[in-house]
Amino acid sequence: MSAFETVIGLEIHAELATRSKIYCSCSTAFGAEVNTHTCPICTGMPGVLPVLNKKVVEYAVMAGLAMNCEITEYGKQDRKNYFYPDLPKAYQTSQYDLPICKNGYLEIEADGKVKRIGITRIHIEEDAGKLIHDPYRGQSLIDYNRCGVPLIEIVTEPDMRSPAEAKAFLEKVKSILEYTGVSDCKMQEGSLRCDVNLSVRPMGQKEFGTRTEMKNINSFSAAVRAMENERERQIDLIESGGEVVQATRKWDDVKGESSQMRSKEEAHDYRYFPEPDLVPIVVDKEWVERIRRALPELPDARKARYMSVFGLSAYDAGILTASRKTADYFEQAVQEGASPKAAANRIMVDISALLTEKGLEEIPFAPVYLAKTLALVEAGTVSSTAAKKIIEALFEEVKEPAEIAKEKGLLQVSDESALVPIIQRIIDENPKAVAELQAGKEKAMGFFVGQAMRASKGSANPAVIHKLVREMLKK
Amino acid sequence: MGMMTVKKLSRMLREREVSSVEVTKSYLARIEQRDGVIGSFITVCADEALKAATAADTLLAKGEGGALTGIPVGIKDNICTAGVRTTCASRMLERFLPPYDATVVKRLKDAGAVILGKLNMDEFAMGSSTESSYFKKTKNPYDLSCVPGGSSGGSAACVTAELAPFALGSDTGGSIRQPAAFCGNVGLKPTYGLVSRFGLVAFASSLDQIGSFTHTVEDCALVLNHIAGHDPMDSTSAALDLPDYTGALTGEVKGMRIGVPREYLGEGIQPEIRAAVEDAMKVLERLGAHCEYCSLPLTQYALPAYYLISSAEASSNLARYDGVKYGYRVSEFKGLNDLYEKTRSEGFGAEVKRRIMLGTYALSSGYYDAYYKKAQQVRTLIGQDFGKRFAEFDVLLTPTTPTTAYRFGEKSDPLAMYMGDICTVAVNIAGLPAISIPAGLDRAGKPIGIQLIGDRFAESEILRVAHAYEKETGHDAISPVWREESV
Repeated sequence: MSAFETVIGLEIHAELATRSKIYCSCSTAFGAEVNTHTCPICTGMPGVLPVLNKKVVEYAVMAGLAMNCEITEYGKQDRKNYFYPDLPKAYQTSQYDLPICKNGYLEIEADGKVKRIGITRIHIEEDAGKLIHDPYRGQSLIDYNRCGVPLIEIVTEPDMRSPAEAKAFLEKVKSILEYTGVSDCKMQEGSLRCDVNLSVRPMGQKEFGTRTEMKNINSFSAAVRAMENERERQIDLIESGGEVVQATRKWDDVKGESSQMRSKEEAHDYRYFPEPDLVPIVVDKEWVERIRRALPELPDARKARYMSVFGLSAYDAGILTASRKTADYFEQAVQEGASPKAAANRIMVDISALLTEKGLEEIPFAPVYLAKTLALVEAGTVSSTAAKKIIEALFEEVKEPAEIAKEKGLLQVSDESALVPIIQRIIDENPKAVAELQAGKEKAMGFFVGQAMRASKGSANPAVIHKLVREMLKK
Repeated sequence: MGMMTVKKLSRMLREREVSSVEVTKSYLARIEQRDGVIGSFITVCADEALKAATAADTLLAKGEGGALTGIPVGIKDNICTAGVRTTCASRMLERFLPPYDATVVKRLKDAGAVILGKLNMDEFAMGSSTESSYFKKTKNPYDLSCVPGGSSGGSAACVTAELAPFALGSDTGGSIRQPAAFCGNVGLKPTYGLVSRFGLVAFASSLDQIGSFTHTVEDCALVLNHIAGHDPMDSTSAALDLPDYTGALTGEVKGMRIGVPREYLGEGIQPEIRAAVEDAMKVLERLGAHCEYCSLPLTQYALPAYYLISSAEASSNLARYDGVKYGYRVSEFKGLNDLYEKTRSEGFGAEVKRRIMLGTYALSSGYYDAYYKKAQQVRTLIGQDFGKRFAEFDVLLTPTTPTTAYRFGEKSDPLAMYMGDICTVAVNIAGLPAISIPAGLDRAGKPIGIQLIGDRFAESEILRVAHAYEKETGHDAISPVWREESV
């Protein structure tokens, strides 16, 4: 196994966050009733013509700039011809030899090292519809809502050497697309999809091995499973004296295995040619510069800032900045007065634990509530444990943290007059512990704090108990 | 009513000498009477037409409306009309009802024109004789044994047979000019991008252009005023300030420079047609223009380049007719590929299949560079060839066709048929405007057409020259002799 090196390249399709489709004014909203977001243009009726949505070009340029690409000044669109029922024109309008962006790269961190992954190109194209198979009636129905939804396809160089690197790259792409607002990146809605090109070669060999292309990958974790499975399949084949066949394969994530869709010989001849219904895409340099200036702070820059300005560790800064929403949340909490480290810990530990399914973006209360909760801890009004309970309560209902603390009896009693009688009673009832403490056995202090906490039902401030015990025993 | 021009009809309507309903009824009656023989209409929409005529009369009665208000028109059946079937003369779209109007149709409707019906053509506009229509043959009104030309044969024949005062057609390689020449009327193919293609069922997107058939050059200018102009629905439509084209019709051509490319007068051109061009040179000289022979050396490459590019685009444009969503679908099939194969085998005619195969081949990997790409390179050079000539000349004069109308079945060899486009295709390749105007009859009594080609968006120049020639010769007044027993 270690005698082989894995070589991975990715093709990532991201649905753009435009409100209307790429060549008509139909809505791109997800989840509408079938065939309601359609018109004669996106369903390819005779005689209709496409008109390019300028926002699509703008988003592609944004993605390109964020991924260090060159922007093509004179581009064009091409027809990719093939028959399939979800493609009503029987060609997909895409870009062949003059994509909007080319020659970019992104840096990923893998095994503690920074590695640069080359991006060959980013081009724009239209999505196809969706086939709905009805096994009960033995029919296939077609939903054309997705037809003409704009996509960018990001094609990488074969620069990744492990599924872990590929996953790190996918996460970086997702994060950048989110930061720039180019895509929502909702995998479950299919707005981010990827195909994996993978080959293996003996360690030290210069030439690439024969590669396969894996389709039908629906999540990053599925991508990792598919890559691991394919790597092993190829190595097994080679080690048992066989050969890898260049082919397109289909991943079945439930079965955890892939099957061949079509061989190299069966590959489509797409007969690409320039789309005559559309004019060349001429990108104005000034416009590109305006887009560049308007780009938000990207994840890498933000991470570096969190480390230098807030003193966070690389790990913490990395997690907080992976999603723009989380990072924005964190920063707002800090702006509301929370200490960066405390806010970071609460977001990554307590809040993240409560959000296992939804992801960090879905925090149901505003950052100011987190800041107020942390302020209560800082002031000694509630304990650190109580803060966790307040956060849990905020998930149920959003209201003032101080109010929650009061209602739930989480307030720490720092009022000495309230604690004096309690402590006096403990002193009176436990002469042995008093003697130990007076003999200098500091462990005995734990006994007093524990008793006082129990008697106050956890609401006493431990520091205040400490102080009172010492004072009262001196008398 | 005799030969009725749009201009004359328009005056009569506005002066309330006739109503649009009367005019429309009279054309519908003539269609009823003559079109059984001519065969120019695939669909006649009498009810819709009378409704539109009534609406036009209301406007006219108030003294409102424009030059086309209340004027009947015929539309080639590859231009979409909302709710009226648009067949492209193909079995594939025999029952296709578009839910939208083509932009030109919308413009005509907005101008108050009355659509009489949809006109016969070669299937998907592929052909030069209208013989490839799935529905019927259209006859040449000058000689019923001859073809009307094509692909807009129905449009040309219907105007000549007085079944509509004007008609719209489409021209991808000569499909307006050649039938206009065969049927003896005025056919204009505007500059690529002048008239919106939205709603024109695509044959070859980079070549297709909608234009008109009229009795006179004046009518041609009038109609162009209404159909030209930018359309945000068509990315290839030009955003320009357009002139009033009738303003160019001054009769004045003094000092204009007219070039006659020798390559268009070579072998294969019927001597009477060559003589008509030479005669036109004399007429224009007499009017004060300077006519001079010139050369377009790449002319011979236009035809192969045209057939490669147009077929390549067609193979992609016609792929959507797959039996899945609309149009013809076989009733019995086993699986998806069988559905595709049978539907397309039965739904398309022979010529369409020939072009799809030719175009698919030209785009295939391994052949693309030798065919499609090479043809595009030739296209660029042909454009430059014309560009040089338009530095020296205002307008070029050529024959429209190598021969006058031929008999049905005479061009059964596809290549012989393709050769008939030799005078017209280069204009489409270069995206230029060109007009065919009547230049008298040959010895057999069949019309001869001559072609005037202009620089891009120089419609005014070719209309000016065409109009001056027409006024000087009176060729527009020639019409077929109607023998009642033959119609």
